[in-house]
Amino acid sequence: MISVQTEDFNIALEYLRLRERAGDAGAIVTFTGLVREIYDHCSADTERIQTLNLEHYPGMTEKALQSIVDAANEKWALLSTRVIHRVGSLKPSDQIVFVGTASAHRQNAFDATRFIMDYLKSEAPFWKKQSTEEGEEWIESRQSDAEALETWQEP
Amino acid sequence: MIQIHYFAGIREQLETDQEQINLPDGISNIDQLINYLQSINPKFDAAVNANNKILVALNQTVVDRSHELSENDEVAFFPPMTGG
Repeated sequence: MISVQTEDFNIALEYLRLRERAGDAGAIVTFTGLVREIYDHCSADTERIQTLNLEHYPGMTEKALQSIVDAANEKWALLSTRVIHRVGSLKPSDQIVFVGTASAHRQNAFDATRFIMDYLKSEAPFWKKQSTEEGEEWIESRQSDAEALETWQEP
Repeated sequence: MIQIHYFAGIREQLETDQEQINLPDGISNIDQLINYLQSINPKFDAAVNANNKILVALNQTVVDRSHELSENDEVAFFPPMTGG
């Protein structure tokens, strides 16, 4: 199940729903991403983010997330998955993304959750713009995110 | 007629988020469409020159620039994605 929404989410509730849908799961792994106050590639440490605005491509976003989840389901035996991504205006420490997977044994859930997050970073059409006292700036994609994807490529 | 969407920094540089155009004769793939848009729109030309990593989606899937275009296609231009 996939949601793209402006509203916040409750991870306790999401965990319960995953657990209900997952049947005979032996493992549930959840990941929550938060808005950071300082991005590593900010020009100065004193430049603190006041708001982070997330733009997306309605329609394509849901399709892209679904195809990432489908790929995870092909790779691992998963009993249930949940992806929530927020859009709109966020503040430091706000929850921004949630990924949860359930499987019979922990390794599949650990791997699938990391896989979904790694692909979501570079292949789902979201763009972040930060505002600081210095003004507004689009956040650029990171080489480390591209490298994270390469670790999933078949040799 | 094709529908074109622009997102994030590209949208701001073009000062528009979408437009519809009639595909002129001889424009049959995305690379040719980009060249055509550069020739008619100085802002698009500037955006392409300023961003060497513009991505293109055709009908909501990222494709490479040799991909063929058809009537009623939805094309989108945007910078590398930064979700999560």
